[in-house]
Amino acid sequence: MQKRFTQKFLTNKSTAYILAAVFLVMAMLMGISIGTVSVPIFDIFRIISANIFHLQLDESINPMHSNIVMNIRLPRVILAGLVGASLAIAGASFQGLLRNPLADPYTLGVSSGASVGAVITLFFGVSLPFAGLFTLPLLSIIFAFLTIIIVLIFARRIDRGMKVETIILTGIIFSSFLGALISLMIALTGDELRQIIGWLLGSVSMRGWDYIQIILPFFLVGSLLLLINGRELNAMSFGEEKAQHIGVNVQRRKMLVLIAGSILSGAAVAVSGTIGFVGLVIPHLTRLLWGPDHRHLLPLSLLTGSGFLILADLLARTIIAPTELPIGVITSIIGAPVFAIILMNRRNERRG
Amino acid sequence: MLSIQHLTGGYAGETILKDISFDVHTGELFGILGPNGSGKTTLLKMLSGVIPFSDGTVMIKNKSLKSYTAKELAKTIAVLPQHSSQAFSYTVKETVSLGRYAHQQGWFQSWSTHDETVVQQAMEQTGVAEFENQDIQQLSGGERQRVLLAQALAQEPEILLLDEPTNHLDLSYQKELLDSLKGWSKERDLTVISIFHDLNLAGLYCDRLLLLEDGRINLNASPNKVLREERIKEVYRTNIQKQPHPSVPAPQLVLLPEIESTQDKLVFINDSMLEVEEDYLALRSPIPLRTMSSGVVGSGIGWHQVFVNRHINKQVQYHHPQNDMFSFMKENGFEPDETVGMMTSVLIENASIQFIKERDFSVLIVVTAGIENATDVSRGSEHPFQLSAGTINIWVFVNAHLTEGAFIQSMMTVTEAKTKAMYDLEVKDKKTGTIATGTPTDSISIAATQNGQKLDCAGTTTPLGNLVGKGVYECTVQAIKNNRTS
Repeated sequence: MQKRFTQKFLTNKSTAYILAAVFLVMAMLMGISIGTVSVPIFDIFRIISANIFHLQLDESINPMHSNIVMNIRLPRVILAGLVGASLAIAGASFQGLLRNPLADPYTLGVSSGASVGAVITLFFGVSLPFAGLFTLPLLSIIFAFLTIIIVLIFARRIDRGMKVETIILTGIIFSSFLGALISLMIALTGDELRQIIGWLLGSVSMRGWDYIQIILPFFLVGSLLLLINGRELNAMSFGEEKAQHIGVNVQRRKMLVLIAGSILSGAAVAVSGTIGFVGLVIPHLTRLLWGPDHRHLLPLSLLTGSGFLILADLLARTIIAPTELPIGVITSIIGAPVFAIILMNRRNERRG
Repeated sequence: MLSIQHLTGGYAGETILKDISFDVHTGELFGILGPNGSGKTTLLKMLSGVIPFSDGTVMIKNKSLKSYTAKELAKTIAVLPQHSSQAFSYTVKETVSLGRYAHQQGWFQSWSTHDETVVQQAMEQTGVAEFENQDIQQLSGGERQRVLLAQALAQEPEILLLDEPTNHLDLSYQKELLDSLKGWSKERDLTVISIFHDLNLAGLYCDRLLLLEDGRINLNASPNKVLREERIKEVYRTNIQKQPHPSVPAPQLVLLPEIESTQDKLVFINDSMLEVEEDYLALRSPIPLRTMSSGVVGSGIGWHQVFVNRHINKQVQYHHPQNDMFSFMKENGFEPDETVGMMTSVLIENASIQFIKERDFSVLIVVTAGIENATDVSRGSEHPFQLSAGTINIWVFVNAHLTEGAFIQSMMTVTEAKTKAMYDLEVKDKKTGTIATGTPTDSISIAATQNGQKLDCAGTTTPLGNLVGKGVYECTVQAIKNNRTS
C-alpha cells in the first residue's frame, strides 16, 4: 500500500516535470520558428548546433534564417524565458511565504519598486562605480527589496494579523504611488510619454544578448536560493509561528526568500519592464495541477513560467503584426481575470 | 524536564508576565489556567521560543532555552497552537511529514524509512491515517486539529505544548484527545503542558495546575487545591459552585447563572395541587423541586417536577418493577426524567394528607401506609429478601430553601416519626412477633421549592423538624388506621 503510494507519487511528479519541460521546449521552438519570416524547426536545430560547435553551416540553410535565429529570435526567446521563469518562481515563493495565493511581484508593488530603480538608471543615466553594465539590475533589485520591506512593515502596521487582503491592498497602493512617481519623473525629463508607457507595460524585443548577460547571473543566484528553501516555504505556508515550532529558522529563511524574490523580480524588471501577473497565474495553475508542495512547485513554476512568457511574447508580436503589442498587455489580459477568479474562490471558501 | 525561574516579559513595551517560576517534571500532565488576558498564551509562546522574554531563565533538560537552535528546539518541544491557518491545500500526509523537518539533515534532506515509520505512527495514533491523501482544507475543524496533532507527534518531542486543545472539538473528541494525552504522558513519559479554558476538564486530567492571574502565579498545586470555590470565584470574578464528580474523585465547578431562574418565582406546594385518581396519586409542581428520594424512579438527589404514587394490585407479580413503572408513566404522560415514582398496594383513597403552615414556611405531607410486610429492623435477617407490595410511602414537600444537610436531617426525622407511629399503634412483625419499625420497601421523598426562607437544619427540635416530625407521625398513624378499617 505504502510502496504503491510512493510509486504513484513519483510517477505523478515525473510526469509533471516531463510535461513542463516539453511545454517549454515547444514554446521555444514556436517562438523561434514563427514570425514574418518562418524558419523550419529542423533548420533551427542545425543553426543552433552549428553556432555552438562552430561548424560550417549547411549550404541548404538560408543565411538570413541563421541571422534571424541567432541575432533576433533566439536571444529574444531566451530573454522572455528567463524573465518568465524569474517572475513565476518569485511569485510562487512570495505566495508561500505570505500564505497568500494573490501575492506576486506585481501585486506586491515589487515590480513598481524595481521600475523606479530602472527608470532612475535609464532616464537619469546613473551609473554605480564598478557596477558598469550591472548598475541597472542592481538598482532595480535594491529598489525592489526596499519596496517589499516597506510594504510588509506598512501592512503589519495596519493589521497585525497581516491578512491576505491587507497585504495586497498595501501592495497596490504602493504600486500606484510608485507608478505615478515614475510618470512624474519621466514627464520632468521631457521625453515622449508613449515610449515610456511602452516600457512600463513590458517588452523583451530588441534587447539582444547583452540583456541575457545582465539577467542570467541574478536569475541563477535567485532561483538557487529559492529552490533550496522549498521545505522551509512549505513550513512557512502554515504560518511563521508554526514554521518556528517545526524547527525552521524563520527570521533567516524569510530574509533569504525576500532577498531572492527581490533579486529575481528586480532583474526581470530591469531587462523587460513591468510584466504583470505572470508570477500570479503560473504558480496558481501549477499548484492546481500538481499540488502545493514547494519542493516541486518552485521548479515546475520556473519551467512553466518560462514557456508561458515565450508564448505570450510570440502572441504579442504576431497578433497585430507588423505592429508589436507590449507583452504586459497579453499577460494582463490573461492574468487579471485569473486574479479575479482566485479572489472569488477565496471568498466562497470562507463563506462555505 | 522544564524549569522556569523568574520569567518576566511580554510584547513590545508591555510587560504581561511578571516573575513566573515553576518546574514541570518528565511525564507530567501540567495544566495552565487563568482568566482571559492573564498571560496563558504568552507564557506558552515564551516556552516555545516564539516570543522573547526580558528577564529570567527557561531551562529545558538543564539547558537554557536561548542556547537551543530552532531545529534542536523542535526535536524537544512540539506545539499545537490554538489557531492554525492553511493557505494551500496540502494533503494530510504532506502536512504530517513536515513535522520531520528538524530531523532531516543536509542539503538533500532525504526521506528515511524511520521518517516514514514515525509519520505513519503519528497518523495512526491520532486516527487520521485513513484520510492521508485528502486535502486538509476539506477536513472538518476537529479533523484538522488531529492532523496538526499528528504533525506535532511526528516531531518526536519530549515536551508537548498545547493551547486550548479541546477548542472546536465535540465532546467525544475532547475526551479522546485528553485520554490520549494522559496515556502518552504515563506510558511514554511525554511531558504535556496545556492551557485549559474548561476548569472541569483540567481538574479531571491534569496532575498539576498552574493558576495565572494578571500575569502572576496565583497558585501552582494539585487540582483539588487549585479548584477551590472561593479561589476560582475570586480569580475569575464570577459566581460558581463546586461539587464532587459523580464517579471520579475530582472537583467539578458549575456556573451559577444570574438571569432570573424558575426558582425565583414564589410557589407554594399545597394539597390543592394533588391529583387523586383511582390508580395513582400525583402532584405536578409548576417549577422543578430539589429532591432527595428513594423511589422506584428518580431516586437520589436531583430536580424533579412530578411526583407519582401508583396503586398496584397486590396479586400481580412484578418482575421488573422499574420497567413496568416506566411504561405506566409513559402511558399517563409523566416524563420519567422529571418524575419521582413510587408504588403502593394501598388504595389511593386511604392516603393521609396534611398541609401545615409555620410563620416563614409550610409543609405538605402525603402518606400511604400498607403494613402487611411490617418488619422489625433489628431482626431483618429472619425475613427472606423480597420486593412485594405492602409498603409505607411518605412525601414531604417543603416550601423553603433547604441545604443538603437539612435534606438528610429531614430524612432522619421522617424515618423516626414513622417508626414512632408504628410503635404507638403496636404494629407487629408477623414473623418475629416484636414491634415493627417499617416495611422492607418503604420510600421517602423530601422535596423543597428552594425559595423563601433558608433552612440549614431539620433536627427534631428545629422549627422544620418539629413540623415534619409531628406531621409525618400524625399522617402515618392516620394512614395505617385508614388502611385497617377499609
